[in-house]
Parts: sequence; structure tokens; C-alpha cells
Amino acid sequence: MTCCAAAISSPELCRETLQRTRTLEEQRIVLASVQLSNGCYKTDFIVPTMHCVACIGTIERGLADIAPVKQVRANLSLSTVSVTWDPAQGDGCDITDALHRLGFEHHLCDISDTKKEKNSETKNLLIALAVAGFAAANVMLLSVSVWSGADAETAQLFNLIAGLIAVPTVLFSGRPFFRSALMSLSGGRLNMDIPISLAVILALGMSVFESMSGGIETYFDASVTLLFFLLIGRYLDHLMRQKARGAVERLAHLSSKFGVRILPDKSTVQLPLKDIKPGMTLRVFAGERFPVNCMIVTGTTDIDCAHVTGESEHLTVAEDSLVEAGSLNLSASVDVKATSDAENSFLGEMRRMISEAENGRSSYLRIADRMAQIYAPAVHLLAFVAFLGWIIVSGGDWHFSIYTAIAVLIVTCPCALGLAVPVAHVIAANRLMQDGVLMRDGSALERLAEVDTVIFDKTGTLTVGEPRVTRVLGDTASREPLIKTLADNSSHPISKAVASRFFEAVSVELSDLSEQPGKGIEARHQGKLVRLGKSNWVAEIATSLTSRNEEHSVSFAVEGREMVHFDTHDVLRTGAKECIKALESSGLTTEMLSGDLASKVSRIAAEVGIDEYRHRQTPRQKIDRINALQSQGIKPLMVGDGINDAPALAAGHVSFVPASASDIGRQSADFVFTRPSLIAIPNSYKIALQTGKIVRQNFGLAIAYNCIAVPLAMAGFVTPLIAAIAMSASSILVVANSFRINFQNHESHGEPQEKNKADALSYRSTAA
Amino acid sequence: MNHLLVLIPIALGLGFFGLLAFIWSLKSGQYDDLDGAAERILEDENP
Repeated sequence: MTCCAAAISSPELCRETLQRTRTLEEQRIVLASVQLSNGCYKTDFIVPTMHCVACIGTIERGLADIAPVKQVRANLSLSTVSVTWDPAQGDGCDITDALHRLGFEHHLCDISDTKKEKNSETKNLLIALAVAGFAAANVMLLSVSVWSGADAETAQLFNLIAGLIAVPTVLFSGRPFFRSALMSLSGGRLNMDIPISLAVILALGMSVFESMSGGIETYFDASVTLLFFLLIGRYLDHLMRQKARGAVERLAHLSSKFGVRILPDKSTVQLPLKDIKPGMTLRVFAGERFPVNCMIVTGTTDIDCAHVTGESEHLTVAEDSLVEAGSLNLSASVDVKATSDAENSFLGEMRRMISEAENGRSSYLRIADRMAQIYAPAVHLLAFVAFLGWIIVSGGDWHFSIYTAIAVLIVTCPCALGLAVPVAHVIAANRLMQDGVLMRDGSALERLAEVDTVIFDKTGTLTVGEPRVTRVLGDTASREPLIKTLADNSSHPISKAVASRFFEAVSVELSDLSEQPGKGIEARHQGKLVRLGKSNWVAEIATSLTSRNEEHSVSFAVEGREMVHFDTHDVLRTGAKECIKALESSGLTTEMLSGDLASKVSRIAAEVGIDEYRHRQTPRQKIDRINALQSQGIKPLMVGDGINDAPALAAGHVSFVPASASDIGRQSADFVFTRPSLIAIPNSYKIALQTGKIVRQNFGLAIAYNCIAVPLAMAGFVTPLIAAIAMSASSILVVANSFRINFQNHESHGEPQEKNKADALSYRSTAA
Repeated sequence: MNHLLVLIPIALGLGFFGLLAFIWSLKSGQYDDLDGAAERILEDENP
């Protein structure tokens, strides 16, 4: 069990904590916590590297030892640690420090806004399911004795007991269906819950009447088993959605929700995003994102706008430069003046565009609801016809006619239909999860099966989004440790690329480290100046320049020695070419919309094999392009990652984002793929097509069942025993058919297939 | 008939007891971390 116990915190993390003052960290922890009635705080941390019992033990024992901690509980399924601590005996930073010491990377989890509601809804559904299961089993036992010929007195007693169990059960467990049916009726629409509610209530009502008047033909068992089966479908559907949504939410960074304000007396205070007003002076640390649109007041730094404009080059900004919200500050902390509040910042504008785009999509009707619009009126009409028919035939036998009409409603109750979609979707979602793809809800799978065009963003989607060293010019042999140590001390992406190139080298001693924004990083090693940065800045200390007037991303030199140059490029994501090829061979067209410069866009397009591409696209232009396609009847799948892609992700018929995407992008997409490879997209598409096929087969089976059962019921042949057998058989058939999704073999693509629920989180920790 | 009057309440009571036990275990958070529970059995010491 040593798989992960010794995760050593990287130098970068330590630097970050040193830069931020303890008070700011403390405020942040308190803001994200819940205060309990006894004055203690409860704080949740996400610990992505917690994988086994050794980690749990290390964390729980390590944290329990420090002063303020009252209680600590690790949750392996969610990769979270929940800590209860007493502010009187220490502060929240003691906990984060202890986690650092133990060697675990951690993020704060914001539990201050109540997310409890969703959780309790799932629990309520599970309790309703348990009650229905208990009732179904017991009522069935009693009913079987009645059917197998108990004498009249016993049968009546058993019916009475069954009724006593069934009535409260239906009233309690049926609420989710009754509520949904009422809501749909008041909205003037028809959904599956209307025939369900009607059948359950009528079956119950008729059985109560029957047992009161001394009859033994009761449907108590039918009403509770119906509820039991349907609640299974409802619960699975809910569970799947909650699981995926929880995983997506936990990927969200907390940092973007706060800004650091500098008060007139130079002290700093943490401020929630919504309280930031234009004109305030804020401080943005290296490695953090700008909270609102800002103007730089003091300091110079490099910024990464890849998520904002799609541009892959880093810009150097100094005093009076304007920076848009969401840009990443790379090299030094700067003081800025807010020029907008959160509502009117670039991010706020994107959010407005997203909600506009989502309105368009809400008109999508799920396949089950489309079925319900035909099914519900047909069933009710049949029951009415049966009633009228028997009234005429039997010459006014009200009791028998009503009984037959209700029997029609009971056997046609869409039990199999209610299971047809959720079971298939849950199994598909599970298979997607094994491939590292998280699905937000079932309708996304239906929409994915319909797409005919795939639109890609470039930076961070088709490409990795961070530079990799592609060429080294000059002799690095003896200087690798020096280059690596120097590069490790900067959080600039190019430095990271250089450091990862020499990841095997050992670290050396450096002194006088300083990072110069827009230039690079310098230090002293054995008395000599060493620099890593812009070529012309490094050339100042080097003797000879071997470059033949070429542009290089970054150079390195020891004072008085020869320079070494590195070329970096934003390289293609793994599986990008295969993804495009697989999509085109399935008959989809591909297209690229990028905010980057023309030369870069055309180079990547040629490399992956996309013919149709546009460059310098603003978020508005991306949406316009998607709307233009949609007005031609084309259903586009959007794949993107940045803040600038978010509105387009919401506008697309369906959308994918990588786990490394911006928070806002992740929230507006339907699918999140957590493995680095893009091959997840064609694979998911295949699963969506298969699932669509299985769902249609399930509907076919359910309808075939009705074709047999309805004539029998209308003819008045159906007894409670026949109804019970027929309904259970059709449900089991549908569920069994859905399991075939698991058996359809799909091509292996050289990636580990083992199920890993922590995939999303662990990938992020390596990508961050 | 007399046996039934004794046996049925016992059967129902046992089922009901199981249902209550399930609801209690759900409410006290025993299903919150199924993976963790599976791993915790491997822990050597119990502080």
C-alpha cells in the first residue's frame, strides 16, 4: 500500500502558499465553511491524490493530532476530507499546513452555499423505493395465497391486510410521480407520469372499494409493484445525473470566486466576487485569474489569455494595460484597479450569453416525453372505449364496465416504458465513465446520437493548451540540473515545459532568485549569473550567440558562456488525428472555430486534417456560426474548453469539454472527458448510437407487450394474477435488453480500461 | 386461522424492522462512502 502515500508537494505549491498571506488563506477557508451550532467550523477539502487506505489513515491521524481539529473524516468515494475545527484553538491554516506536511495536494471545497438539498432528494427517493419494496414483497406474499385458493374468510382477511399496507405506501412512495404529473398538467403538457399516477390511484381506489364490498379480485399488489419498478427507474436516472454533476462540480476551482482587495491602509482583505465594485484596488497573485475586468496600476506581468480569446501566445502587460476577467496571471503579483463589477465583466457577459443560448435548447423534448404525447391519450381513449363498449354489451352493468376500464389502464401502465430509457442510459453512462467520460444527463445521450457536424475549438481542445519543448539548440549535457532548477522556480508555462523536458535531472543550489516579468528568471549559481528567458535578455550575459536570427521561445545561459535555445509549440492533444478520422468515417463533417491567429489555426488544421476552419473568432461569432448551421437543419456537436467557448458550448446541440477546461466551460457542457485523449469523442458517439438503438428496441418490446395485453384487458379476461405476471415479465425483458449495451464490444484504443472513479480528479492534478 | 393471527404480525413485523434498519443506516450516512468503507477494513490499527 505504498502506491501514493509519499506524494511530495511540488516547489510551485510551496511558493504559492508563501506568496499569499496567512490571513487571506484563513479568510478564504472561513468563507468556504459552514458554522456549526457549537461555534466550530466544518470545512471540506478535496484531496485528489487520496487513493487507498494508507492515505486515509495518514490524513485522518495526521489531522486529528493538530490542536484545533475536533473531528476528521475522509471520504474515498468523493476524494474529500471533512474537518470540524474549533476557531478558538487555532486557525484554518493549521489544517492546510498539516495537509502540506503530510504531502497531499488539496483544494478547498465550497460548502457554504447549501448543496445539501440535492443530496437529500436522492435519499428521499431511496427511502420511497425501500418502502415500496417492502410493501411489494409483503403484499405479493398475501396475494399469492389468495390466488392459490385460500378460502373466502382468509382471502378477505389477507385483502384487508394488503390494503392496510398498500394505501399508506402509495400515498408515501407515489409522491414523486403525483407531483410530476400535476406539474405537467398545470403546464398543459402530457408526460408519462400522468398515465402512471392515474393507473396507480385507480387500481388502489378500485381495490379498496372491492375489498369493502366483499370482493376478492383486488389489485393492491399491482399498484405497489408498479410503484416499486418505476421508482427503480426514477432512482437510477437521478443517481446517474447526481453522480456526474457532483464530479463536475468538484472540478471547479474556488479561487475564481474571490478577489483580494487592498484597503487604503495597505491591508488586504478577501472579497467575494459579487462585492467587487469598479474603482476598487485589487491584488492578483501569480498563478491566479483576474476576477473582473481590470486596469494594471502597479507591476508588470505575463498573462495567459488562452481561455479568454483562444490565443495561445502569452502577453506581457504593464501599467495602464487592460486585462479581461478570467485571464491567468503568470509571473508576478500585480495591483490592479477594477474597471467593472462581476456582472459586467467579460465573465458576466459570457454568462448572459450562455443563459440566452440555453433557452434555445430547453425546447428539446426527450424521447420518453415524445412517446408520452402519443401514448397517454391513446391509453385513456382505449380505457374509455372499453367502458362504453361493456356498458352497451352488458346492458348497463356499471360495476363490471368500470372494472374492465380500470384493468385496461392498469395493464397499459407504462411500467416497461418507464424503465426503457433510464436503465439503458444508466448502463451507457457507466460505460462512458469507464472510458473517462462524465455525462450530465440522459437527454445529452439522445442528442449526441443525432449530431451531424462536429465543431472544434483549437487552443486547449485540439491542442494540449500548454507549450511543449519541440527542439533544443545548443549543448545542454552538463547544465541540465541547472536549467531544470531554474525552470522549476517559475510558474510560467514555458518554464514548466522546459522543466518537464529535464524532469530526470537533480536539483542544484541557487541563490538570489528573481523573476522579471516579460523577460525571464535569473539566479546565481556558484557565483555566476544564470538566466532563462527571452533570447535578447539572456544574450546580455552570454558571450556568443549561436542563433542565426531565428525566433526562439526561450533561451538559457550561464554568465560568459554559450547560449542554449529552446523552441516550444502548442502540440496536438493525443488522439486528435484519430478522432477526426474516426468522426469523418462515421459520416460526420468536422470544422474548427478558433480565436487564435490565422497562421497557427491553419497549421493545426492541416495537421489534424480539418478542411473547414475560421480564425480570430469572437464568442459572438462562434454562436452565430452555430446558429447559422442550426437554421440549415444541421445539428452541431461543439467541443471546446475556454471561457470564450462557453456560450457556443451551450448553444450547440450537444457539447464536450476536456476536464482541463475553464469552470464556466465545464458547467455549460453536456459531457466532460477526463482522459487526455480526444478519441473519447468518437467512442462516446458510438455508445450514443448503440444506446439509441437499444432504447428504440425497448420501446418496441413494451409496445408489443401492450398489443397482446390490451385486447385481453378490453375483452375482460384480465385478472390480478395475469396483470402481475404480464407487467413483471415485460419490465424484466426491457431491463435484460438494456444490459446488451455492456456486451457490444468496442474497439480498444490503447488506453487502460479499468474503472477509475477518481479519474477526473487525478487527471486534473496532473494537468494543473 | 389462529396460527395466521400470530404468524402474519410476526412476518410483517420482521419486514418492517428491516425497513426501519435500512432507513436508519441510510440517514446515519453509512452509504456515503462505499469505496472508503471497503478499504478501511484493511487498516491495521484502530486509534
